[in-house]
Amino acid sequence: MPSVPVARNEHRASGAGFTECESPVNYKRNAVIRICWNKYHSPRSIDEAIEWLTHYDGRAQVIGGGTDLLLEIQQGLKPAVEAMVDPCRIAGLNQVTIDEDYIVIGCAVTHTQVVSDKRIIRDGTCLVESCGVIGGPQVRNVATLAGNVAHALPAGDGSIGLLALNGEVEVADTCGRRWMPLQAAFLGPGKSAIDHHRSLLTRLRFRATGASAGSAFTRVMRPQGVALPMISMAARVQLDADNTISAVRIALGPAGPVPYLAEPAMEVLTGGPAEPGQFDKAVKAVLASAPLRTSKYRATREYRAEMIRTHLPLVLARATERACSSDAVPVGAGQ
Amino acid sequence: MSRLLMTVNGRAVDIEVAESRFLSDVLRLDLGLTGTKIGCNEAECGICTVLVNGTPVVSCTYPAFKALGAQVETIEGLSTDERLHPLQQAFLDHGAIQCGFCSSGLIMTAKALLDEKQATGEVPGEADIKTALKDTYCRCTGYQSVINAIQQASGQDVPPYIPSTVTAGFEVGKAQPNPDALAKIRGTAKFTDDYSFPGMLYARTLRAGVPHARIRSIDTAAARSLAGVRAVLTHKDVSGRNLHGIVDLDWPVLCDDKVRYSGDAVAIVAADTETIAAQAVERIRVEYELLAVVSDAMDAVRPGAPVLHEGRPDGNLLKHIKVNKGDVASGFAAADVIVDRTYRTPTTEHLFLEPECAIGVPAGYHPADFGGNQDAEALRGETAIHDKTSIYVGSQIPYLDRDQTAAALGVKPESVRVIATLMGGGFGGKEDVAGQVHVAMLSETTQRPVKMLYSRQESLLFHPKRHATVIRIRTGATRKGQLTAVEATLYGDGGAYASLSEKVLTRATTHATGPYTVPHVKVDCFAAYTNNAPCGAFRGFGVSQSCFAVESNMDILAEELGLDAVEFRRMNTLDVGSVTATGQKMRESVGLNECIERVDHDMRGDDFRWAWKQGHRHFAWGLAIGYKNTGLGGGAPDKSIAEVEVWVEPADSGDPVVHAEVRTSSAEMGQGLPAVLAACTAEELGIPSSRIKVLLGDTDYCPDGGPTTASRQTYVSGNAARHAAKAVLAQLAPTAAGLLECAAGAVTFAANEATAEGKSVGLAEVIMQAADSGVPLLAEYEYWAPKTQALGSGGDMHFAFGFCAQAVLCEVDSRTGKVHVHKVIAAHDVGRAINPLTLEGQIEGGIVMCIGYALTEHYIQEQGEPWTKVMARYKMPGIKHTPKIISHIVEHATASGPYGAKGVGELPSIPTSAAITNAIYRATGVRVRSLPVDQDELLRAMRSGAKEIELGWGHEQAIPTVTLGGEM
Repeated sequence: MPSVPVARNEHRASGAGFTECESPVNYKRNAVIRICWNKYHSPRSIDEAIEWLTHYDGRAQVIGGGTDLLLEIQQGLKPAVEAMVDPCRIAGLNQVTIDEDYIVIGCAVTHTQVVSDKRIIRDGTCLVESCGVIGGPQVRNVATLAGNVAHALPAGDGSIGLLALNGEVEVADTCGRRWMPLQAAFLGPGKSAIDHHRSLLTRLRFRATGASAGSAFTRVMRPQGVALPMISMAARVQLDADNTISAVRIALGPAGPVPYLAEPAMEVLTGGPAEPGQFDKAVKAVLASAPLRTSKYRATREYRAEMIRTHLPLVLARATERACSSDAVPVGAGQ
Repeated sequence: MSRLLMTVNGRAVDIEVAESRFLSDVLRLDLGLTGTKIGCNEAECGICTVLVNGTPVVSCTYPAFKALGAQVETIEGLSTDERLHPLQQAFLDHGAIQCGFCSSGLIMTAKALLDEKQATGEVPGEADIKTALKDTYCRCTGYQSVINAIQQASGQDVPPYIPSTVTAGFEVGKAQPNPDALAKIRGTAKFTDDYSFPGMLYARTLRAGVPHARIRSIDTAAARSLAGVRAVLTHKDVSGRNLHGIVDLDWPVLCDDKVRYSGDAVAIVAADTETIAAQAVERIRVEYELLAVVSDAMDAVRPGAPVLHEGRPDGNLLKHIKVNKGDVASGFAAADVIVDRTYRTPTTEHLFLEPECAIGVPAGYHPADFGGNQDAEALRGETAIHDKTSIYVGSQIPYLDRDQTAAALGVKPESVRVIATLMGGGFGGKEDVAGQVHVAMLSETTQRPVKMLYSRQESLLFHPKRHATVIRIRTGATRKGQLTAVEATLYGDGGAYASLSEKVLTRATTHATGPYTVPHVKVDCFAAYTNNAPCGAFRGFGVSQSCFAVESNMDILAEELGLDAVEFRRMNTLDVGSVTATGQKMRESVGLNECIERVDHDMRGDDFRWAWKQGHRHFAWGLAIGYKNTGLGGGAPDKSIAEVEVWVEPADSGDPVVHAEVRTSSAEMGQGLPAVLAACTAEELGIPSSRIKVLLGDTDYCPDGGPTTASRQTYVSGNAARHAAKAVLAQLAPTAAGLLECAAGAVTFAANEATAEGKSVGLAEVIMQAADSGVPLLAEYEYWAPKTQALGSGGDMHFAFGFCAQAVLCEVDSRTGKVHVHKVIAAHDVGRAINPLTLEGQIEGGIVMCIGYALTEHYIQEQGEPWTKVMARYKMPGIKHTPKIISHIVEHATASGPYGAKGVGELPSIPTSAAITNAIYRATGVRVRSLPVDQDELLRAMRSGAKEIELGWGHEQAIPTVTLGGEM
């Protein structure tokens, strides 16, 4: 029998396809990597951050809370880097601010800050509901919403919430600063359009839902295996004076390689009444169009479809309810 | 290196450290604050939580330089020498501290919550606590005591939850904290990784990484040439026996000709730093010839299967275990209804929060040789001189570790000393040898102390698990509800090495009728070798598996017979006078029916219904009962030796005071043994428990207490301590008689006094007098448990059994299939509650562990390769899963147990899973036959109207067909 050299670190093809994160902890190492960077920089300005990134010429990486990034490096999914550039001490970036009708979230703002921010509770409720269920409290205390967006997971809860709110992302690099639509930041599972080795995601923003709009988020988890949602969904509903839906956004994931915007369902709802019959039509439209799949040890395609059937109408109803009232009480945060 | 300035526990810190440091490294390694523990290095378990500017963070993944200039708080900063923080006091009072490894994480997370609530003048409710501690795990307590303690610490009137028990004696029966709890709560208690010896090296192991292969060659040259590497050892360096094993010697210390599972150890390295050791491991080249993989117990015993251990006459059949009673054919002929189902249970992982760690110290080690402080008086620890090969380890069987290490080194057992350190949980998973032998080899080779700390990921890969089983069980009963016959066939996946497979699966087999009288029984169990991780001891020891099958069948039968599930069980339960499946007549101490009555009474409170619906919320009760032997049984010699020494110390005021120490090698892993031994010793000596020191697990200073397994230590070592204390008093009797001027036989000892003929003298005076006259103040007692008989002999296989009943209130969400356990009503017959506080901790923790067995846990392996490589893929129950637990303690004393006690370690974690699936059936009409319950599959069945499901979470195939009798 010929000797068969053993391929180590073989990346197993998972039934999950592109939505599952594999963590091939090296058998030889039997452990996570404990040296993930050599230098740790905490610049005091955006310019300084860009200078450091330029200085390292691709060998540095922007770190937010690091709760996802460091695990990926430790588990060998991403390479260790020469330097980390941590923008969390840049003045202003750890705050939520208002800019005309936008709510602006600095890149150092943690999930805990989002969840407890009164303006976001009222005018971006689905973001509070989505940020409130990520990880545990210790992780939410450190992890940033910008980091969640930067990670570009197809079912990153914060990203799903922000996508429903039609969020935007501001990027700074040597060319300056510019806003881009949130969706444009996602290329694929774990693949961000923003080069975190050379540019800095500085801020996120979305239009406050205000008096005539409301939003809601929910997700379904299982108690076993990886702490990724079986499915997450969020909606923003804008009503006319006569309770007709004038605008709506529905985001969900995992459905495809990036957070999914359910445009066919949005079309079905727009211009119609905000009522259960319409919501059921929206469900049908989602099921007809969303690229749902089976992920091994996480959820079957059928289960995901069923959760959309049972939960999307609830999310739409809750968003509608919030559009009609000036207050919103987030549901499920901390669970 | 860069300058890191911060404030830690109110003190300014200014140190030079590498910028790559994580906060936990700085705290533990640079500042020596080892009260913060590391459970996973994955930001998963939460036990490393510290506060940064008042906010809880997981320090294992928090860059140290993120905390530059911050206020950091750790467990060490909470208490002063005089005063505990209210949380620490409350955790102590409530018994919310067991192994103590997670305690600092729980307390620091809770402190942030209390501080936050205090700022707004609120007190935390249960929901607040469950939210705040959602991702801070504990494997021992089951969290109820944690929730209560936090509420009490916040000023609410929440007393410790202690079920009522029979009247306490002098010390036995009193609820009190475990003696080691205070150091644990302060963060000063030392677990193995908290030791750091001068001159110490760091070790790592090269694991196979392939499930089945022949080793062609091992080339260590590149590893050896790396600067800082001190030793690279392979099988060629094993000078003695290159095999270990608790029952069978089949497990190589270091693999020579082949590897049989992915976690097999191939080579070990010691180096100046952990990083260098890891780099060296990567440089070792092993050439393998890959072999076909056996990944399933039923496949393993089919003809033609690749054989793991060549030369075994039975191939991969590790053992065929049989129980036969009566004639099942006639039993089934007499049955009106027969239920025949096949069940499946998953491989599960102990997930003790402390990964394995061992430190070897070479014979002749002087700390001064490496610039350390040396203390000639010190018996152990960093300042001690070590005159023989010593191993610091948290182990469940210290003497066996010693003997196995000595055999591998080729030296006499007396040349090796095992020093038990505190253990951060064990649950059966720290019985087999882990790094013990390896560190001894490396430390003797390098002549330096060597620490081998397994990462969580290596721990998951390496250590023996709970056996996956497939169980077909056929149960017959008459129309009136009398059981007539049980026939069952079990297949157990033993993994690559025998470990305790034979014993575990024997227990699964002998308990396969459940605690019922069944006239005709035939059970066959096939334990098989596979290329999966070895399986061995795990709380429940095989009975967890068979109980799930038995108690599921009982509910199905009850329904088919149209009988109430409780009533049907009660008609068939074991009682005094009954005979078990193995032919053992129960002569005493069968509190099963009382357990059932207590639980049934509580369950059927006001407005009882088995099941009801509130919209999408489907509620139902489910019940299951269980039993578990105490002790090794089956004819195994079952003994424990303890010694008790007494002395007198001058008191601050008043008369001198009597103190005592009880010593045995038995292990404490969070179950509360020190409290039991202290109480038993104190009870006999007539002095308070607080004056009893307990020394465990040092093979040079403690006699052999035997393995800490099989729920046996309360019984055997409790008895040994009790008799040793009595023996000390017997030695003192002549002295007391002299002082009292009476005959030695007339002296009685009680309440710190010796009394005879109406006169009395203080025990302290007797001891001082005895010491002056050279009377020994120390006595050793070798306690032998009542003799048991081998399976098949028809005699007493066990000397005692614990019994229990549990009812669970479950909710199934009809929209998602999600299952939640709201309430558990439990009753456990433990013989006698020696310490109701620590006992309740065992009960609650066991129940919650079994909730995990039903709902969350599965160690998944695909063709011999673990999918569960990281803790993030293995969920044990968190605080959110914890139900309201109402606990009754039933005390049907057993004559030979200490004060009637039987032991309780495993019992609570046996019936909960079946009770849950029985409840799910009532709530949904779907019978779950594979664990853990998969909500995806359950919902599909609920929607389609399917009556039974046989895919648990992590199972890809239906349950295989099992032929009764197991024709192969």
